[in-house]
Amino acid sequence: MSKAFNVSRQNGFTTIAITCFVLLYLPIILLVVYSFNSGTSVAIWEGFSWRWYQSAWQNDQVQEATVRSLIIALWASAISTTCAVLAALATTRTRKFKGQAAVFAMINQPLMVPEIVTAVALLIFFAMIKVATGYTGLAYLIVAHSAFCIPFAYLPIRARLQGMDLSLEQAAADLYATPFKVFRRITLPQLWPGILAGAMLAFVISLDDVVITEFVKSAGQDTLPTYMLGQLRRVVTPEVNAISTVLFGISVTFVIAFTVLGKIKN
Amino acid sequence: MVFAQVSGDVEKTITGGTLKVATAISVRNLRKVYPGQPPVVALADASIDIKDNEFFTLLGPSGCGKTTLLRMIAGFEHPTAGSLTMHGENLLELPPYKRPVNTVFQSYALFPHLTVAQNISFGLEMLGKPKAEIRQTVDEMMALVKMTEMADRQTGQISGGQQQRVALARALAPKPRVLLLDEPLSALDFKLRKDMQLELKRLQMETGITFVFVTHDQEEALTMSDRIAVMNAGEIRQIGNPRQIYDQPAERFVADFIGDTNFLPAELIETAGQTATIRLSSGKQIAARAAESGSQKGKVTLAVRPEHASIGPEAEGLLAGTLGEVVYFGTDTHYHVALEDGTGFVVRQQNRPDATAQFSSGDRVGVHFAPGIGQVLKD
Ligand SMILES: Nc1ncnc2c1ncn2[C@@H]1O[C@H](COP(=O)(O)OP(=O)(O)OP(=O)(O)O)[C@@H](O)[C@H]1O
Ligand SMILES: [Mg+2]
Repeated sequence: MSKAFNVSRQNGFTTIAITCFVLLYLPIILLVVYSFNSGTSVAIWEGFSWRWYQSAWQNDQVQEATVRSLIIALWASAISTTCAVLAALATTRTRKFKGQAAVFAMINQPLMVPEIVTAVALLIFFAMIKVATGYTGLAYLIVAHSAFCIPFAYLPIRARLQGMDLSLEQAAADLYATPFKVFRRITLPQLWPGILAGAMLAFVISLDDVVITEFVKSAGQDTLPTYMLGQLRRVVTPEVNAISTVLFGISVTFVIAFTVLGKIKN
Repeated sequence: MVFAQVSGDVEKTITGGTLKVATAISVRNLRKVYPGQPPVVALADASIDIKDNEFFTLLGPSGCGKTTLLRMIAGFEHPTAGSLTMHGENLLELPPYKRPVNTVFQSYALFPHLTVAQNISFGLEMLGKPKAEIRQTVDEMMALVKMTEMADRQTGQISGGQQQRVALARALAPKPRVLLLDEPLSALDFKLRKDMQLELKRLQMETGITFVFVTHDQEEALTMSDRIAVMNAGEIRQIGNPRQIYDQPAERFVADFIGDTNFLPAELIETAGQTATIRLSSGKQIAARAAESGSQKGKVTLAVRPEHASIGPEAEGLLAGTLGEVVYFGTDTHYHVALEDGTGFVVRQQNRPDATAQFSSGDRVGVHFAPGIGQVLKD
C-alpha cells in the first residue's frame, strides 16, 4: 500500500515553494527596508534614517492626495457596502427566479470585465456628464470607485447570508415579526461581521486603485497611488517606498481584521 | 375529552346555535409537492379537522410529511393544492407573522445573539405588549420550563434539552390560539421527557391552547393525545383517539406502527355490522372486529395484540404450534410460538408470583384469544 497522496512530499516541492515566497515577498521586504534609506537612491543602501517618512509627511501634495484617497475610499466603501447588502439580500432571501445567474454575473461584472475597459467606459460616460452639467468635483471618482467595489463587498456579505440558518428568520416571523423587523432584529445582528468585512475589503480596494482613477480623475485630483505613479515618472526617491510601506501596513492590518471577522461565528 | 369521531368529518359551526366543539384548524385536501427529479410528494391530499382545545398528534415514521404539514400551517411552506382555514378564516392568505399560531421548531431555531430571556420575550415585544406585562410573562415562562437561573445565558451556552425548553417557552409566551410542536421532546433524557410530557399535557389543559404535536414516538402519542393522525408516506392513514388507534387499527400499517401486533392469515366468512366471522388457518372459526365499510369475503389478515392472547395446552388453543423462545421481562413474559402454518406469534403474559412456569421451549402449545378481540385488516 502506498501512502496517501501528499503534495508536500513531491520532488521539488520545497524548491518551488521557496521560490514563490521569495518572488512574492522579497520585493516587498526590500521596499520596506529601503524606505529607511538615508541616501536618495532606492537601490544603494547608505544607512538608516526616518528622513523619507518625514519628507512624505511634510509634503503638501502627499497630504492632499492622502486626504483625497481617504475621502473617496470611505464614501466608496459606504455606498458599495449598502448596495452589496441589498444585492445580497435580493439574491439569497427571495425565491429562485429566472435570470438569477445573470443578475449574479452583473453584480460581479467589475471582477470579470478588464479594468481598462471599465476605465475607458467611465471616462467617456463621465465626460458626457461633465459637458452637460459642468460639474467636475470628486463625485465622479466616488461613483466610479463605488461601482467597482460592489463585488468585493458583496461576496463576503452573501457568503455570510448563505451560511445563516433560515429557520431563525422563520422563527422570528412565526413570533409576529414583520419582514422589516426580522431584518433589523435577527438578520442584521448576525450579518454585521460580513458587512464589516465587506466594507473593509471595499475600502482597501478603493484605496489601492490606479487604473480607473487615472482615467476618471480631473486635473488636481490625484489620489495617493496616482500621485506615486506621477512621481515615478520624474525622480524616484525612497519617499515612494515610505508611502508604500505605510499603505502596506494599513492593508495588512485590514486583511488581518477581515480574517478575524470572517471567523466570528453566530 | 374523548372524541368518538374516527374519520375527518367536518363539524360546522352554527352561528347562534348550541355547539359541540368548534373546529380550530381545518385542513382540506392539502397537497405539497416539492419540485425535483422526481418530484417529492411530501403530503398527499390530507384532510384533518383539529378541534378547539384539543391535543392533536401527528404520528408517523421519519419523512412521512409531519413537518411539512406543520410548516404549511405556520406559513413557511405554501401548499401545491388544498385549503387551510383557522376558525373559518383562510390561513393561506396570511403571511406567517399574521397567523395566530406559534411553532416549537424541530431544530429549536433559538436566536443565537439573544439571551434566554430575550428569546422568550421576542414574540411579546413584536406584539407591542407593555414592558411590565412582558417582564411578568417572561418570568412565568422561565419558571414554567425551569430556566429561571439561566435567564441571562446566551443560547449557545445551554444544553440541548435546555434549548428545547427555551424554544417551548418562547412559543408559549405570546399565548397563541394554536401551538405547533415539532418533536419538542426528542432531545430530552427519559426522566425529563416524562416530566415534560405531563407538564405539556397540564399546560395544554390549563391554557386551553390547541396543540398540534408531532412525534414519531408511538408511546408518547398514545399517552398525551386526545386524537392522533397516523401518517405514512405523505398520507393520513387513520384518525382517532388513542384507544381507537390501538384497538381498532384501520389497516396493516397502523397496526404494525403502533405497538406490537401479530398478523394471522385468515378467511372472512361473513360480516354483520362491525362483527365478522373468520376462519383461521387451523380451520377453527371465531368472531372478530371489522371496519364498518363491510370487508369483502375471502382472504384477510387478522391482527391480534400479544397481550390479548394467552398460551395453554395444545388441545385448548385456537391455533397450535411449538414454543420457541421464552423471554422474561419482569412484569411480563413473552412467548414466541411458531404456528403450524409457519407464521410466528408472540404471546405476552403478565407474571404473577403464584404462577409456576408451565411451558418451556420446545413444548407443543396452543394459542388462544377471546372472540371479538382480533381486528380484521384491509390489506
Ligand atoms: N425543501 C424540501 N425539498 C424537497 N423535499 C423535501 C423538502 N423538505 C422535505 N422534503 C421531503 O418531503 C418528505 C417529508 O418531509 P418532512 O420533513 O415533512 O418529514 P417528517 O415527517 O417531518 O420527518 P422527520 O420525522 O424525519 O422529521 C421527505 O421525503 C423529505 O425528504
Ligand atoms: Mg420533521
